[in-house]
Amino acid sequence: MSFDVQRIRQDFPILSQPQHGKPLVFLDSGASAQKPRAVIDAMTRCMETAYANVHRGAYRLSEVATDAYEAARGAVARFINAPDAREVVFTRNSTEAINLVAHSWGRGVMRPDQALLISELEHHANIVPWQMLRDERGNQLRVCRVTDAGELDMEDLAAKLADGKVGLVALAHMSNVLGTVTPVERVVALAHAHGAKVLLDGSQAVVHRRVDVAAIGCDFYCFTGHKLYGPTGIGVLWGKLGHLDRMPPFLGGGDMIESVSFEKSTWAKPPARFEAGTPAIIEAVGLHAAIDYVNAIGMPAIEAHERALVDHAMRKLSDVPGLTLLGRAQDRGGVFAFSLDNAHPHDLSTLLDRAGICIRAGRHCAEPLHTRFGVEQGTARASFGLYTTPEEVDYLAGALVKAREFFA
Amino acid sequence: MSGGDFFGDLRDLYQEVILDHGRKPRNFRRLEDADRTARGDNPMCGDRMELFLKMTPDGHIADAAFQGRGCAVSMASASLMTETVKGKTPEEAQAVGTAFRDLAMTGQCPACAASLEDAMERLTPLSGVHEFPSRVKCATLAWHTLNAALAGAKEASSE
Ligand SMILES: Cc1ncc(COP(=O)(O)O)c(C=O)c1O
Repeated sequence: MSFDVQRIRQDFPILSQPQHGKPLVFLDSGASAQKPRAVIDAMTRCMETAYANVHRGAYRLSEVATDAYEAARGAVARFINAPDAREVVFTRNSTEAINLVAHSWGRGVMRPDQALLISELEHHANIVPWQMLRDERGNQLRVCRVTDAGELDMEDLAAKLADGKVGLVALAHMSNVLGTVTPVERVVALAHAHGAKVLLDGSQAVVHRRVDVAAIGCDFYCFTGHKLYGPTGIGVLWGKLGHLDRMPPFLGGGDMIESVSFEKSTWAKPPARFEAGTPAIIEAVGLHAAIDYVNAIGMPAIEAHERALVDHAMRKLSDVPGLTLLGRAQDRGGVFAFSLDNAHPHDLSTLLDRAGICIRAGRHCAEPLHTRFGVEQGTARASFGLYTTPEEVDYLAGALVKAREFFA
Repeated sequence: MSGGDFFGDLRDLYQEVILDHGRKPRNFRRLEDADRTARGDNPMCGDRMELFLKMTPDGHIADAAFQGRGCAVSMASASLMTETVKGKTPEEAQAVGTAFRDLAMTGQCPACAASLEDAMERLTPLSGVHEFPSRVKCATLAWHTLNAALAGAKEASSE
């Protein structure tokens, strides 16, 4: 199937909704992506024809819903090339997936004398759970530096792994601010050589790249459904079965136990052990539809489209007077954070909104990274989806020039 | 003034006075001999200010100044606030603050007494902010911080 962005745009109902009387130019997909008709319809169809609680009823409708829920798990497993669907745990989002690892691996398996290693480019979701673990259990928290270009400082990473005390490296596969794609295969090789396990936060990466957890060789991988054109309320933690097997539960409740008495309960096997309570059934169906949608277009085609778009945006944004891009990584995806010399990001965002352009302003849940780059006041951020066009990038660049004049 | 049409009705928010005070905030300095100080934080967007008040022996605000960083709206609001409260008693300044918060949130000020007229006239250019719910707190941060300083609190947040 050839990549026809205009065709694709027609799949997203919201893209034809004007904003302030102007065509919507949605450049905040990095925060949350828009939904194609296929996802909306699949969720509606589930509620209209195939909905009941899962894993519980011995009646046909419940079996149909259970099959749909488990089929979504299978689709996720294939999407990231997980060897076994039992390794796929549904969570609410990436944040919950990371907290799950911090709780069940961090507190249940890791020893307090093992260190944690994160990086300067992490989203707060991949910082705060580790700080909480450190504060509670005393694990040292190490932070790998990022270079001025916005890339992971591999020498620093090696140095911080060298003493063999790091138990877990938790790292973004792609930065939600700099767009940097981190060299995860090299990180995994290095970490494993020093006895550390690796959790990758793929919240941004899965949207832009073909992810193969078996090839990467990591221990855990997580992502969130709503950035992948799926619904909110569903995320994924993938973990090697051997690891998940060793981990105690995260939340307690129904569905995650084998047997319960008031003296003792025994845990179900993964993934059920980590899915306490009624899961996000409709959302799992929606995520399945989103994955099918992306697969039908084809990840290689999406990657190629975005690569061209990123090159185009680099040129166009570099031409805007007074604009400073945050980070210039070699390997990057469609996320651009920038400052405009005389316009504060919030003023800029309000201004562009009136031109129909949605961008994000602030620190994008990555305050330490903004501090690292000396932009405490935050940045503006434009982020692309598979429906983003070069014309939208041109329109943005033109609007930025006008915004600069507005504030001059 | 270019870009006015392109950005729709944004001149309602970014009136010339706002842009001017945003670019060149008045009383933008530290008062070394301040009697009251407070810090204001807008954690969502990273706006931050420090307010300094110098009081007269009979309890009027002799001087008001601030330092900080933030968007044009928050800088302009702080700048206009410092100009407005000079010479007022704490009670008068707080009454203006209450009226201003009404103005910022609704665009109107039903409670504005005639006695506040002069003060409110100065602040009216900020009334356009009520059309931008996510920006109201940019305009009110300075006044929250003023309240904190007058109440002897060290910190204020507009959250
Ligand atoms: C890199 C990264 N990690 C984690 C998250 C958190 O995702 P969620 O809010 O869906 O848990 C995000 C998105 O906000 C992100 O961009």
